[in-house]
Amino acid sequence: MAAPIMAREFRLGGAPHLPAANSVQKVMLKVLLALLPGIVLSTLWFGVGLLLQIALACVFALLAEAAMLQLRGRPLRPFLSDLSAPVTGVLFALCLPPWAPWWIAAIGMLSAIVLAKHLYGGLGYNVFNPAMVGYVVVLIAFTRELGAWPGLGPGSALEPGVLLHAVFGGGQPWDAMAQATPLDSLREQLGQGRTVAEIRSGPELAAAVARSQWLALAWLLGGLWLLQQRVIHWQVPVGVAAGVLIVAAPLWLYDAGRHASPLFHLTTGATMLGAFFIATDPVSGAATPRGRLLFGAGVGALCVLIRRYGAYPDGIAFAVLLMNAVAPLLDRWLRPRVFGRSR
Amino acid sequence: MNGTVALHGLHGGMHLPGHKIAASADASRECPLPPTLVLPLSGYGGSLARALVAPGDRVSLGQELAHADGSGAHVHAPAAGTIVAIELRPVANASGLHMPCIVLAVDPDARTDERAILWPPIPDWMHADPRSLLERIADAGIVGLGGAAFPTALKLGYPVELLVINGAECEPWIACDEMLLRESAMEIITGARIMRRIVGATRMMLAIEDRMQEAGAALRAALDTHTDIQLVEVPTIFPQGGERQLIRVLTGSEVPSGAYPVDIGVLCHNVGTAAAVCRAVVHGEPLIERLVSVTGPGVRAAGTWRVRLGTPVEWLVAQAGGYSADAARVVLGGSMTGTAIATDAVPIVKASNCVLVLTAAQLRDPAPELPCIRCGECSRVCPAQLLPQQLHWYIRASDWDAVEDHALRDCIECGLCAQVCPSHIPLVDWYRHGKAELHLRADARRRADAARERFEARTLRLAETEAERAQRLAGRGKQSADAPLDDPIAAALQRAAARKAIDGGSDHGA
Repeated sequence: MAAPIMAREFRLGGAPHLPAANSVQKVMLKVLLALLPGIVLSTLWFGVGLLLQIALACVFALLAEAAMLQLRGRPLRPFLSDLSAPVTGVLFALCLPPWAPWWIAAIGMLSAIVLAKHLYGGLGYNVFNPAMVGYVVVLIAFTRELGAWPGLGPGSALEPGVLLHAVFGGGQPWDAMAQATPLDSLREQLGQGRTVAEIRSGPELAAAVARSQWLALAWLLGGLWLLQQRVIHWQVPVGVAAGVLIVAAPLWLYDAGRHASPLFHLTTGATMLGAFFIATDPVSGAATPRGRLLFGAGVGALCVLIRRYGAYPDGIAFAVLLMNAVAPLLDRWLRPRVFGRSR
Repeated sequence: MNGTVALHGLHGGMHLPGHKIAASADASRECPLPPTLVLPLSGYGGSLARALVAPGDRVSLGQELAHADGSGAHVHAPAAGTIVAIELRPVANASGLHMPCIVLAVDPDARTDERAILWPPIPDWMHADPRSLLERIADAGIVGLGGAAFPTALKLGYPVELLVINGAECEPWIACDEMLLRESAMEIITGARIMRRIVGATRMMLAIEDRMQEAGAALRAALDTHTDIQLVEVPTIFPQGGERQLIRVLTGSEVPSGAYPVDIGVLCHNVGTAAAVCRAVVHGEPLIERLVSVTGPGVRAAGTWRVRLGTPVEWLVAQAGGYSADAARVVLGGSMTGTAIATDAVPIVKASNCVLVLTAAQLRDPAPELPCIRCGECSRVCPAQLLPQQLHWYIRASDWDAVEDHALRDCIECGLCAQVCPSHIPLVDWYRHGKAELHLRADARRRADAARERFEARTLRLAETEAERAQRLAGRGKQSADAPLDDPIAAALQRAAARKAIDGGSDHGA
């Protein structure tokens, strides 16, 4: 050998060699941040009860998550810090009336985290949207507690004493203070034979609809930021809007007296929240571009149909769960064309 | 000039931080000759060149040391010296396998400014026979210098419409092509024109990235008023410099899956390859050196060097001021697709474009990955328009039919999916594993088919022999009968009938 080689050994590893910049935690944190404008606005109108519900749901979600991870022999730290359980908790709490008793959050989160998430394999494996499973369980089981919302009008925010008594002390203030939401009113009064125009002409409802539209704008704002941050894909919200239009527009054009306008459907209830934050859940949604579009359209269309013809005033949760069930099928059918191949 | 070419969109891809300034700030430098050169005999696709020398032999600069008979390339002496061994040495490959190499002790008085002129220069290549040009390129041992190292002469063996010279060096950190464009634009253009004469292309494009201002100016100056080459600036998006991706951007056509660019009348060559062709033809030099970027936070003084092939990485890094204290990984190639090497005794070869040294802080977090959350970012960036998360799922489930159906073989291993994955799943590792598994399966299927054919042929043969014997026995019994035993036509008919009966039987059995 002409010269001794003073070679140095190095650690091997596969390409790409640089660490990934993104993380599940960052994705979930962005979702939580994007929810802030809507949460702030809701709190202003519905009172601090919403924040209490969020706190309760997050605590129960994390407790359930920790218990299940322990039972399944999974490491606690990476999964508790990924923020997926708090996202589930917040989305669930946003569906609750601010004065719902504490055990609603407990039962909802048990259903969401244990049943919908961990029994299917935990993060990334759940077929159904956990927050919506939790919500639907309590919605069906506790119609009374879930159906009563404090009025949206000025001065309706609950007093802290009443709120705490309702949430923790078994108080039931809703008989006296509950007020119909726009979707409730529409549903009830259409059944009584009144026209949409008549129903909406009431001053209380008009104010409620206006507030609801501002709230929709707040969700839209957060959603657009998520789009810009590439956390969600445009196909889902566009699909939801298209689905709402496809069903609501012909009905409305056919008989505007008996069917609310597409704009009403888009801006009331949980449509906007659902379009940007619930139907966009990647785990339980479609994974192909065209699949997402169709998934969103299905959510929007089913939502309007459930509102108009179903047994519940709003339909986002049911629509999302129904579409969750067909998402894998959509992905199978609508696979994108591979580079250099024909469809 | 750009205005004449309408660029086409590409699915996926990403604008990545280039990190190219460090390796391209100064002019390229000459790497001094190391005391020992290590020249692997392994070529493209694992073929081995045949050594023409033995330990103890004295060799002159440029002398052919090994001859490739198949799809490899010849090996020439990058310096005068003495062969000390032909033995297994570590080379750059993902498996870490050692490969047979010629070890050459360089003469102490050998200098890097000596040129190896092996053959008579062909300055008048414009009027030379294209076949003689092709022969010269094969003799010079030229391979694709963009990284694939496919023998250039083999690639130039078919006529095409469009010749693309690829200077769109899109992978982060690597800057050797950019330096070559800046410093040797005329060589590249001449090499391109020589290749065009060989393949008879009617159009020729030279693609660079829009960030390469200095290279663009050098090319425009070298082209002067000539319009035979269209200079095209493509957006700086990884992996647009990939052969198939670049062809799509320039022409709008996609090379069909499983086919080659030549199948749609296009040929794509790296700028370094073009320059090597020019030097082989115009000056008569074999391929014995190349430009290599040495860069990354793990080296003290990054830059680009003109390096004789066979130079150990360790020697080259020493030229760049040596390792920084926290150097943790050495990669041959860029950060996205490069191969990590276990030891820096590995030599620079024809395919080595960059030595990237990373520090511990930059390596992937060894913490366990999280499950896929199906965010879809991987399919958004995939230039092959695949569904990386689905592929990962099916590979983990060993559902090989689904893996094949989801077009794993069309994955170009660009690394973008793993780079954007929030769950930090090493997707490319999974795809390599999946591809190896598909390969094994195809191999096993081929062997099973061959075995079945052999078995069926044997069964048939045995049955035929049996039938013939039976017939002979029957014939002997009817010796007195008038049927002539040795009538060949009757015998053949009988055999055919027997075979038909057997075929029917075996169908039933199958």
